[in-house]
Amino acid sequence: MLRNAWLIPLLPALSFVAILLFGKRLPRKGAELGVGAVGASFVLACAAAWQWIDKVEGATGKAEGLAAFGKGMLGGEGGEHAEAVVAPVTRAFTWWQNGNVEFKVGIAIDGLAVMMMFVVTLVSFLIHIYSTSYMEGDRRFTHFYALLSLFTASMLLLVVADNTVELLVGWELVGLCSFVLIGHWWEEKPNADAAVKAFLTTRVGDVGLMIGIVVLFFAAGTFDIQAINGQALEGEVGHTLLLVASACLLAGIIGKSGQFPLHTWLPDAMAGPTPVSALIHAATMVVAGVYLGARLFPVFFEGFSIDGGTINVMALVGGVTIIIGAVLAFVQRDIKKVLAYSTISQLGYMVMGLGVGAWVAAVFHLFTHAFFKALLFLGAGSVSHSGSHHSFDMKNDMGGLRKFMPITFWTFLIGSLALAGIFPFAGFWSKDEILATAGENEFTFFVVVGLIGALMTAAYMTRCVYLTFFGEYRGHGEPHESPRAITVPLVVLAGFSVVAGFLNASAFDVEKFKEWVEPTVAFPLLEHPEFELAGALLALTVALLGILIGYAYWFRNLGPHGITERNRAARVGYTFLENKYYLDALYENVIVGSIKGAIARASYWVNQRVIDGAVNGVAAGAAQVGRFAYDVVDQQGVDGAVNGIAVSAGETGGLLRYVQSGRVQRYALMLFAAVALLSLALFIFN
Amino acid sequence: MLLNQFLILSAFLFCTGVYGVLARRNGVLVLMSVELMLNAVNINLVAFSAYGRDVAGQVFALFIITIAAAEVGVGLAIVLLIFRNMNSPDLDRIDQLKG
Amino acid sequence: MIAQNVAFWIFAGVIAVGAIRVVTTRNLVHAVLFLIAVLLGTAAEFFLLGGEFVGWVQVLIYVGAIAVLFIFGIIVTRAPMTPGEYDNDQRLAAVLAALLLFGVLTLMLVDAFGDKEIKLADDLLAVGRTGTVGDSIFRTFVVPFEVVSMLLLAALVGAVAIARRD
Repeated sequence: MLRNAWLIPLLPALSFVAILLFGKRLPRKGAELGVGAVGASFVLACAAAWQWIDKVEGATGKAEGLAAFGKGMLGGEGGEHAEAVVAPVTRAFTWWQNGNVEFKVGIAIDGLAVMMMFVVTLVSFLIHIYSTSYMEGDRRFTHFYALLSLFTASMLLLVVADNTVELLVGWELVGLCSFVLIGHWWEEKPNADAAVKAFLTTRVGDVGLMIGIVVLFFAAGTFDIQAINGQALEGEVGHTLLLVASACLLAGIIGKSGQFPLHTWLPDAMAGPTPVSALIHAATMVVAGVYLGARLFPVFFEGFSIDGGTINVMALVGGVTIIIGAVLAFVQRDIKKVLAYSTISQLGYMVMGLGVGAWVAAVFHLFTHAFFKALLFLGAGSVSHSGSHHSFDMKNDMGGLRKFMPITFWTFLIGSLALAGIFPFAGFWSKDEILATAGENEFTFFVVVGLIGALMTAAYMTRCVYLTFFGEYRGHGEPHESPRAITVPLVVLAGFSVVAGFLNASAFDVEKFKEWVEPTVAFPLLEHPEFELAGALLALTVALLGILIGYAYWFRNLGPHGITERNRAARVGYTFLENKYYLDALYENVIVGSIKGAIARASYWVNQRVIDGAVNGVAAGAAQVGRFAYDVVDQQGVDGAVNGIAVSAGETGGLLRYVQSGRVQRYALMLFAAVALLSLALFIFN
Repeated sequence: MLLNQFLILSAFLFCTGVYGVLARRNGVLVLMSVELMLNAVNINLVAFSAYGRDVAGQVFALFIITIAAAEVGVGLAIVLLIFRNMNSPDLDRIDQLKG
Repeated sequence: MIAQNVAFWIFAGVIAVGAIRVVTTRNLVHAVLFLIAVLLGTAAEFFLLGGEFVGWVQVLIYVGAIAVLFIFGIIVTRAPMTPGEYDNDQRLAAVLAALLLFGVLTLMLVDAFGDKEIKLADDLLAVGRTGTVGDSIFRTFVVPFEVVSMLLLAALVGAVAIARRD
């Protein structure tokens, strides 16, 4: 399966085409094709994962197959692992060659790819099932499924790519699918605007990505990711080049993964249907940036000198994102927006994790986050579908729903606890590991940032849970539990949120995730912290503190309620937050506005007057020359000569015409005269 | 008598005939001039016949006379035709070959 | 000798004057008459040279038939009997050409034949006797003779064919 992993992106791609062609005629309107294809991909992804784990376990000399899995989970024999080198399984063919530049299409399957494939196919599969109920009766149901398939295929293509160009293709495709899916209900203008904003904002980052890929190509001479990584580590590429490349690639990550300052599109993207938000903007597409960072980690490692322990741009960006995302989550009324800012914040954790050298932790957090964030979004969708009459406004239309929607409530609660990082749920293990590694690598600043973020995460999620499920029902509909197609995926994801963390539960000396996923080829040697009880307890305490604060403020109504009315500073601060730090205003009114207005006008002027003026001037000059050439040279000169010849020929002819007068006596005259002359000549010269 | 007397006389007559052929407008007059030329030739031939004591010259002269007669007949027929077509014997009018 | 010379010169004058008048006269009938004069003068020259048969044939055919034919031609073409302009516009060039030709011919003749003389002896008469000429025609030149008669026939038929009205 590993060598044939190209099937995994292919099946959803085929289903995309099939749904477009036949979907409307099928009994379930194409949903069955979508679910079937992604389901098949999921099975294949599981098979690939199985084979990869087999390979890793086999290489380290331990028992194979299920026994290894079980033994590993239970702690193994003495916990001794030999670090064996397990190379990724690659397959490629050259589809275009130009000189000595080769463009290849291929797959490179290693632990990271296998993990991503597993996550993407699983979450996509569950969301396909969810959407059969959620999107029932939608105006473009078939279209939606076609695009879900295309998105899945594109994401999988991005994940299995073995060269940067292919990765870029997948990247762009997921961006396109995101655009189309956000604007699924484009008849309402805000949705269309949100889609355009998402596309353009990520585009800004994509410019950096493309430049980075080109720089890397010229630095390393190849597009192949493994080769690039190897060269970066060996020091064959200059440090400055790597720095430049890393900075450009980081721009792409900032755009796609919603880091500060290009995070503004993510909250607006919530205008799309909830399954889209769950799939694309929680679990998969937004982590493409993090995936890029993980894949090309050696480049970043060398470029930003992550080894050094000094604050670098990547970690800084991640850290800032954590805070600003979390702070904004407190002032949202819309439950999806809370989750969106939470996603921004968690993505910040992942990027910061990469920035401090906590590769395994960041990727592990990606893994766990996919499950519980998708769960939270789907839960929000369930609430809106059956609880708040298709509204997402917590303050106006929700409240006290735990009585009416128990399954949704409990799964949502599990997801929130996982997000907050409460033991033993998944988030605890992944978030804790990031902080531990940061501490280990002496990035103390970021440890503090991460802890503050954890506090806030717990607090705003408590707020969110309270507003949605506790208190009195403030809505207008008749809340009830959602149908099975919706609740079953919720339960499945909740299950994963509970157990997924144990794949790398360093407390129990289980490091399966690290072993299976961390690359051993072309990868820097990273420090892995030993489990420190103190650190873990600190993180846990902080999270519990956050919940406590939230509980006190909202459940018990303690604390400074209504402070914004009494205190001007608070009100200013609150307004500042409500306007999202005025970043949107900055981007749209100042930057875009000035470009649209003044700069556009100026360029137009330059174009019309200067450039067109020059061009027209040249043209006028050429026309003048042409006229001169015509009048003088051609008409008078050349034509004069030609006409002169013609006239002279005519005149000569006119003269000669008299010879042929048609009068015989004239001819006779000439004859006799000629005879006389000739004979004279003959006589003289003889 | 000098041979040249006759010869130069004949040359004179011939050239007069040439002038007439070239300069006369009426077809009949042109034919007459042609007769002059033929006569000039006859004088020539007979003079040489007398000089060389050869009768062939005179025989030739006889033939020429005969042919001249034939030629005049045909020539006048042509002139008649021209006159019929143009209603005038003026040769200057015939310039269909004008180029 | 002297008598022949004188006779020659007299007839030469007749011929010359007649010829010039033929080509310069304005009267068609006068032209014919002058032509007749030329023809008679020529006949006289023939007699002078001992060609009696040729001379008589000249008179008979030329003057008797051809000149008459010319008069018929004048009548049929309704040529005006009154004087008219019969010279075309290349008179000058024609004069020049004729003079040139005459000059060249004279030059060549003088150069070629210089002082050659025709000896007037008795055998001159024997050359031009009718019998001799007849002999020559029907012996040596019988084929050309026959051909010429064919030619006459052709000319006769041709003239009729050309000039008939249909």
